[in-house]
Amino acid sequence: MAAVTLLETSALSKNFGGLQAVQNVELRIPTGEIRAVIGPNGAGKTSLVSLISGRLRPTEGIIHFKGEDVSRLPAWDRVSRGIVYTFQVTSVYANLTCYENVALAVQRRMIGGLLDRLMLDEKRIAQGVDQALSQVGLQEDTHRRAGDLPYGHQRLLEVSMGLALEPELLILDEPTQGLALDEIASFCDLIRAISKRVTVLLIEHNMSVVLELAERITVMDKGMVIAEGTPSEIEQNEEVQRAYLGTDAAA
Amino acid sequence: MNRRISGKVLALHLGIIVLLLGAQFVLSSYHHTNVARIMVFATFALGYNILLGYTGLLSLGHAMFFAAGIYGAGLTVFYFQFGAIEAFAAGVLSSLVLGLVFGLIVIRTSGVSFLIVTLMFAQAGFLTILYFNEITLGDQGIVISQVLQPLTLWGTEYPFSDPAVKYNAALLLFAVTFIICIALVYSPVGRVLVAIRENEARTRMLGYNTYKYKLVSLVISATLSGAAGAMYALLFSYIGSTFASIQYSIFPLLWTLVGGMGTLIGPVLGTGLMFYLVDISSGLTESHLIVVGVVLVGLVLWFPKGLMGTIREKWLTWLP
Repeated sequence: MAAVTLLETSALSKNFGGLQAVQNVELRIPTGEIRAVIGPNGAGKTSLVSLISGRLRPTEGIIHFKGEDVSRLPAWDRVSRGIVYTFQVTSVYANLTCYENVALAVQRRMIGGLLDRLMLDEKRIAQGVDQALSQVGLQEDTHRRAGDLPYGHQRLLEVSMGLALEPELLILDEPTQGLALDEIASFCDLIRAISKRVTVLLIEHNMSVVLELAERITVMDKGMVIAEGTPSEIEQNEEVQRAYLGTDAAA
Repeated sequence: MNRRISGKVLALHLGIIVLLLGAQFVLSSYHHTNVARIMVFATFALGYNILLGYTGLLSLGHAMFFAAGIYGAGLTVFYFQFGAIEAFAAGVLSSLVLGLVFGLIVIRTSGVSFLIVTLMFAQAGFLTILYFNEITLGDQGIVISQVLQPLTLWGTEYPFSDPAVKYNAALLLFAVTFIICIALVYSPVGRVLVAIRENEARTRMLGYNTYKYKLVSLVISATLSGAAGAMYALLFSYIGSTFASIQYSIFPLLWTLVGGMGTLIGPVLGTGLMFYLVDISSGLTESHLIVVGVVLVGLVLWFPKGLMGTIREKWLTWLP
C-alpha cells in the first residue's frame, strides 16, 4: 500500500492577468518524502508553493492537506495547520536578535487561548529557541542581531524558524542559493536530518543538491508539470533534458 | 513573569513613577500644575506610541480618540451630572468603542493610506463636533468645573480644584498606563506587534493573524488616548472642539518622535521636553516657535531616532 498522502493538489491554476503562472498542476506528496520541484526560471515553481502556503489565492483548483480542503484558508491559518514556508529571499527580522526571531516561531506553536497571548512561560520559549538554533548550529549567535549574521547563517536562521513551528510540511524555496560549497554540504546533511520527522518540499536550482536529496522530482516548465519521477528517471527523461537539464546541469 | 524583565529595567521605570510621586512635594505651584498636565499628555503619547512605536502604524487621527475621551467624560458631567469616576469610565468607553469600530475599517489599510484614512476620519470627527454644536457647544467650549462634584472616596471629598488632587489623579493615570505599556511590551502580544512593525508579511507566514493583532493594538492605543482625554476634561475642566483638531493629532506624534518611538520612556520624556520648550521659549521671546524649530532641527541631527531611541542604540542597549 502506498504511503499516506500529506498534500494533494488537483487542477491547481493561477493566472496573473493573461499570464498562466501555474496550469492544472496535480501534485501528490506522501508523508515523509523529500520532494524537489525543479524547472527553468519562470516555470512557476515559486508560484506553486505560494499557492500551497497560502501567500497566493488559486484562480482554480483545490489543495488538500491531511485530507482537508485548505484552498480558501488564509496563510497564517495554514501555518498553524502545519504548512510552513521559508522564504526564497531571506527575510528574517534583521533588527531583532536571533533569539527573538526564533522565539516568535516557538511562541506561535505554544499559543492556545487568549491567556497565552498575555502570559507564556519564557523558560519554555527559551528551551524551544535553544533547541531550534542548535539544530542548525547557530546556538553561538543567539544574542546577535540577525541582520549582522553572514548571509549563509541568515538562511540557516530562516530554516530554524521554520523548524521551530514544528511543521508537517516544510517548504524550502531555493535554500542553497548564495551559499558557499561547504555550507551547501552541511545544509544537505541538515535537510536529511530534518526529513526524518518532516515532509520536505524543496525548490532548488542546484542539481547536485536535488539529485542528492530528493526521493522524487517534479519538473515544471511554463506553469505545467512536464515530468515526475525518481532522480534517475528524471535524469534520463528526454523532455526534461530539453527543457532544463540540458542547459543548466551541464554548466 | 513573561519575558524576563531585568531588574534594572524594572527599577528604572518604577523609579520614574516614584520620582514623580516625590516631585510634588518640592515643585513650585506653577511647575506642579505643569507636571500634572504633562503626565496626562504623556499618557496620550504612551497610548499613541503603542501603535506607532510598537506596531509600526503611523496615525494622524489620534485627536479623535483624545476628544472621544474628553467629550465622553465632559458631556456626561455637563448633561447628566455624572460623578468623576462614572464620567471617566464613560470617556474611556467612548474611545474604546470608537477605536474598535474605526479599527475594523482602517486596519485593512497600511502605510500612507492608513495615514490618510486616519487623518480623514479625525477631520470628520472634528466637523461632527461642530455640526452638533447645539449639544457639544464645540465652537466656544464648556467649562465643567461648576457642575463636577468632588470625588468622594471612603467619606473624604477630593475636589478637582485642589492641585494635590489634580497631581495625584494625573500621576495615578500615568502610572497605570506606564505599567500597562511595560506589561504589553514584554508580553507575547508585544513580541508579535514588534514583529509586525519589522516585517508584517513574514509575521503572517509565522502563523499570526496580523489583522487581529493590529486591531488589538489600535484599540489599546485608542483607549489609552481616550483615558488621557477623559482625565484632562476632569482635571482641567474645559472641553472644546480644539482637542479634536489636527493639532492634537500632531502633538502625540511629535512627542513620541522627539522622545524616541518604540521606547517606553521616550514618549514621556518627549512630552515633558516639548512642553517646557514651548513654555520657556515663549517666556523669552514672542517668536518662540523659532526657538522650538531650532531645537527640533538639532534633535533630528544628533538624535535621529529620538532622544531615548538614540540613547538606547548607542549606550543603553538593554532598554526595552
